Amino acid sequence: MSRYILGRIASTGLVLVGVSALTFFIAHVVPGDPVLVALGEHAREDQIQAYRRAYGLDRPVVVQYVIYMGRLLRGDLGVSIRTRRPVAVDLRQFLPATVELGTAAWLVAMMLGIPAGILSAIFKDRAFDHLSRIAALIGASMPVFWLGLLLLGNFYFRLHWFPGPGRLDITIDAPPARTGLLLIDALLSADPTAFGNALRHLVLPGLTLGLFSTAVVARMTRSAMLEVLYQDYIRTARAKGLSAWRVHLWHALRNAMIPTLTIIGISFGNLLSGAVLTETVFAWPGLGRYATTSAVSLDFPAVVGVTLVAAVIYTLVNLIVDLIYARLDPRVRYD
Amino acid sequence: MTDRPRIARRRSAATLRWLRRSPLVTAGGLVILLYMLAAITAPLLAPHPPLAQLLERRLEPPQPGYPLGLDQLGRDILSRVLFGARLSLLVGLVVVAVAGLLGTTVGVVAGFAGGRIDNVLMRITDVFFAFPSLILAMAIAAALGPSLINTMVAIAVVTWPVYARLSRAQTLVLRRQEFIEAARALGASDARVIARHILPNALSPLIVQASFNMGEAILIAAGLSFIGFGAQPPTPEWGVMISEGRDYIHDAVVGAHVPGPGHSPGGHRVQSGGRRPARPAGSAPAARRLTSGGGFFSS
Repeated sequence: MSRYILGRIASTGLVLVGVSALTFFIAHVVPGDPVLVALGEHAREDQIQAYRRAYGLDRPVVVQYVIYMGRLLRGDLGVSIRTRRPVAVDLRQFLPATVELGTAAWLVAMMLGIPAGILSAIFKDRAFDHLSRIAALIGASMPVFWLGLLLLGNFYFRLHWFPGPGRLDITIDAPPARTGLLLIDALLSADPTAFGNALRHLVLPGLTLGLFSTAVVARMTRSAMLEVLYQDYIRTARAKGLSAWRVHLWHALRNAMIPTLTIIGISFGNLLSGAVLTETVFAWPGLGRYATTSAVSLDFPAVVGVTLVAAVIYTLVNLIVDLIYARLDPRVRYD
Repeated sequence: MTDRPRIARRRSAATLRWLRRSPLVTAGGLVILLYMLAAITAPLLAPHPPLAQLLERRLEPPQPGYPLGLDQLGRDILSRVLFGARLSLLVGLVVVAVAGLLGTTVGVVAGFAGGRIDNVLMRITDVFFAFPSLILAMAIAAALGPSLINTMVAIAVVTWPVYARLSRAQTLVLRRQEFIEAARALGASDARVIARHILPNALSPLIVQASFNMGEAILIAAGLSFIGFGAQPPTPEWGVMISEGRDYIHDAVVGAHVPGPGHSPGGHRVQSGGRRPARPAGSAPAARRLTSGGGFFSS
């Protein structure tokens, strides 16, 4: 067990080193001249030289990587060309909005996906199963940005059920920022108006981002449940005369949730990718929108910073999921 | 040798029977077929050139001659959607070819060589798996500069590791089998063993993955164009069209929405259909186990 945990942590460390190497490669080696990318094509010769010296670009690539790693370990991700602020500062500012959105999407996926999967498995090959499988197929096939536009067009422009883009109405004062998470900040400052408004703003983007994961979670829960439902201990439970609900929810679901957990970890990457598109559609001031606006203005340090942070978050989430998995399922071993 | 036609016949009969029993798959297959047909015959089917503008008739609703209406520059939306299908199909095919070739090569070499080479190659694929795919593709596309070709390169770079893992797993299983040993005993070189004995037998899960990858590639490409990378306006690409159309979403909903449903068949129908036909061929359980995420959409 502890051997598994240690091995898993060690391999995560290795992956993170690789992640930094790959982002370094993308940032410094792929573009023909990173200086021109950073300073723009109209930079003066002395500026170029100064930049080269400042970032060690006149040194061999290996040395450059060491310098880059040194900066990275000190939390220095360079300076954004567009905002003229350290990328790390920018990321800290935009991260909470993405965390809030991601959590909402994740809740959507859990609350819709798991029950749908359970019911689908219980009523296998009946009307509900067919409907939910078709819905899952459609949910997994829809481009996130199109779904977002659909929801925005119908529920905001036409029906006015939900507020439009952004995290808060302009007429509402944002609560004093403590965590950056609007809902929590509103609670902390006991501001029900801001809380309600922020919550309503979260609904459409949360659904948009969550739908793909909902579909995936529903499929996974269904197939995991089906696998479990045919096992002997379930038959025993039934034979003991337990009610159907008790068998399904108490005996079957507990074991079926284990593979579902893995999928939740893996689909977290989809959530991060989807956040880029969702935030673009909903003008959501998070990491994704920061990444796209930076990318479009060729703000390279910012793009690489987001890429790196996203990969680190994703890797750590998967590490945590695997560790929980190992705790829930003692058969897991590191090899 | 004489049995071959009969086996083939029996196989296709089994495939047909199986298709009849799975209406969802049949429907998916039909949609793919229609989509490919539309993509290939776009120049014949499209009523207007995809770039021709009628500025005085911009944002007009669907009408005879313009079944889906006109967009914000007065271009025929139907024609643009049809030509967009062509482009998406092209992106899908190129990405699958490049990523499949690269990934399979790496995977087979890793599985066949084993030891340290295997270890190093697999750690490299782990690194690629650590990135959310769209974000890594975006960074690469940004580094290379926005263009359709660079998008395809970026998506291939992001998606090849799945092929590597799959083909490595297949190679590891096959390597120890007796017919490989027999081929070796007959004096076959490593290259011949790989090309003639391992690759053909490792193929079916890779084909399943290719169909999955194709949908993924189309969706990532559309996403990249949507945020401003990839194909550039006025190219009739679906992501570009949705992105351009969204500014007019309250004037003419058709403009932003029509390319949308196009994605779904274009994207994941290819997946749902593609993964199934592998089954009747016999090697499906392995395919399902090995394809990452294969379990979601099958059964």
